[in-house]
Amino acid sequence: MGIELRLKKKLQGFCLDAELSDSSRRIGILGSSGAGKSMTLKMIAGIERPDEGRIVLNDRVLFDSEMRTDIKPQKRNTGYLFQNYALFPTMNVVDNIGAGLKGKNREENRERVLNIIDKFKLKGLEKRLPSELSGGQQQRVALARILVYEPEAILLDEPFSALDSHLRDHMQEELFSMLDDYPGTVIMVSHSRDEIYRFSESLIIMDRGHIENHGETKHIFEAPGTRTAAILTGCKNISDIRITDSHTLEALDWGVTLRVKKPVPEETVCIGYRAHQFEPLWGEKEENCLRFDLLSSHELLFERKYYIKGKKTISWFAERSLWPLIEKKGNPSFLKIREEDILYLKE
Amino acid sequence: MDSFVGIMSSLDWSPLWISLKTGIVATILCFFLGIFAARAVMNMRSPLKAVVDGFLTMPLVLPPTVAGFFLLFLFSQRRPLGIFLWDTYGIKVVQSFLGCVIAATVIAFPLMYRNARAAFELIDINLIYAGRTLGMSENKIFFKVVIPTAGPGLISGTILTFARALGEYGATSMLAGNIPGKTATISQRIALVMQDQDYVTGGIWVLIVIIIAFAAIVLMNLAAGKTQKNVKRWG
Repeated sequence: MGIELRLKKKLQGFCLDAELSDSSRRIGILGSSGAGKSMTLKMIAGIERPDEGRIVLNDRVLFDSEMRTDIKPQKRNTGYLFQNYALFPTMNVVDNIGAGLKGKNREENRERVLNIIDKFKLKGLEKRLPSELSGGQQQRVALARILVYEPEAILLDEPFSALDSHLRDHMQEELFSMLDDYPGTVIMVSHSRDEIYRFSESLIIMDRGHIENHGETKHIFEAPGTRTAAILTGCKNISDIRITDSHTLEALDWGVTLRVKKPVPEETVCIGYRAHQFEPLWGEKEENCLRFDLLSSHELLFERKYYIKGKKTISWFAERSLWPLIEKKGNPSFLKIREEDILYLKE
Repeated sequence: MDSFVGIMSSLDWSPLWISLKTGIVATILCFFLGIFAARAVMNMRSPLKAVVDGFLTMPLVLPPTVAGFFLLFLFSQRRPLGIFLWDTYGIKVVQSFLGCVIAATVIAFPLMYRNARAAFELIDINLIYAGRTLGMSENKIFFKVVIPTAGPGLISGTILTFARALGEYGATSMLAGNIPGKTATISQRIALVMQDQDYVTGGIWVLIVIIIAFAAIVLMNLAAGKTQKNVKRWG
């Protein structure tokens, strides 16, 4: 089980160069747009060809530039869920789902299509064209079309980016539960950290064609390791540092000196701190505190965003549960940085 | 009035049948050749694609007499290919109905080819990728996905091809000549009678051409509207 990749391909403006091997069932690829995520999926599916490298899926070599192996996409047995679903516009729901089935046993094929229509709650829509379906229904048809074909791996290319935000949460739930009893590998590409966090067991962070970090999803969110990975996992505050000694460092962009109990890892060039994790303090200054010099604030439905003056603006997001305290005591005097929440980052 | 009735009853209708036969045969040929060529060009890489496309589009931008020159150069009874066809198969292109068809096909071909290609270019490439990842063969993708999706574009290409083939004059007159009852098409007949300032006969043929061309376009538009659920309507 699992996937093994070694990919090199020249793209516009940068070179995709990635190597990894992963055996988890649910793999997420996170990166900003144009990082080479979709290209990676397309190369696995055989739609795009790497300049050189090797692709192995469940011990089957799909591509190997040295061995001159390049299995056609038709024979790779991967299911690709396109961003726009790519349903065939002139075929109705039944024909779309059955399009990839080989005509050995027509009765049996029909049976399989009808079964999956039932399972995916598409009954009554059999004769509709894709243009007559809602976005959610289209996605179900696209997924049904993939699953009826029993692929060895499913590749999801930004599956929720085309949906309205109020639909997205519901569709994520629906898609993930439909994939629950799918035994093969699923790889999902996304630029949304929430989606990725919810879905994937292991996580690959990509930036400009190379792999920034790769490992267990929860672990990477806790310790992103690099500046780019920290930004992509949603860390709002990042500061360059100067290490004074192994227990003291100066956060240059925030104008504060931090003292820590555990030694600062070598090679650390900057630190990150998530906007939700500051602890507000009123009155006396403590160790590892930022002065609360408010630039501006905005109230959202469930949190307030405060922007604090520093060499680089610092963000603090106060959750609703903190609001009564702030109403009572006024704006805090300081924000405390907790040692256990500091992210030590390399370049 | 009497003279009009007299002219109608004594009118030689053969140009109508020759034009219609030429138009229909040439359109059928162009339909398949144009789609085939468009598919082949879609599979080419960029520099080659530009060159081949330019070559296939040439008859559209050159004067038909230039096409006539090349066709004569190939098929003349005094040229190697013409001699070969006549000696081996007894096929005569010059001064024959076959000449009418070949001239009309060459001139009208770019319209079919360009329309088919434009329709193919508009197809979301992900549809083809999806077909491939679903295990559909390239031919199955082409006939089941590409052709139906490109339907409206192919139909309008066919209409234009038919209209162009029906009215072809320049290359036809050079290759097939203007032999009454054999190669004299409506366009050639109009040109001929107008040399004698015969406005009545010329006018009748002009009217006939207008009616055929207009009817063909309307009929095909209606057919397109019926089969394609996704014909767009603004307003």
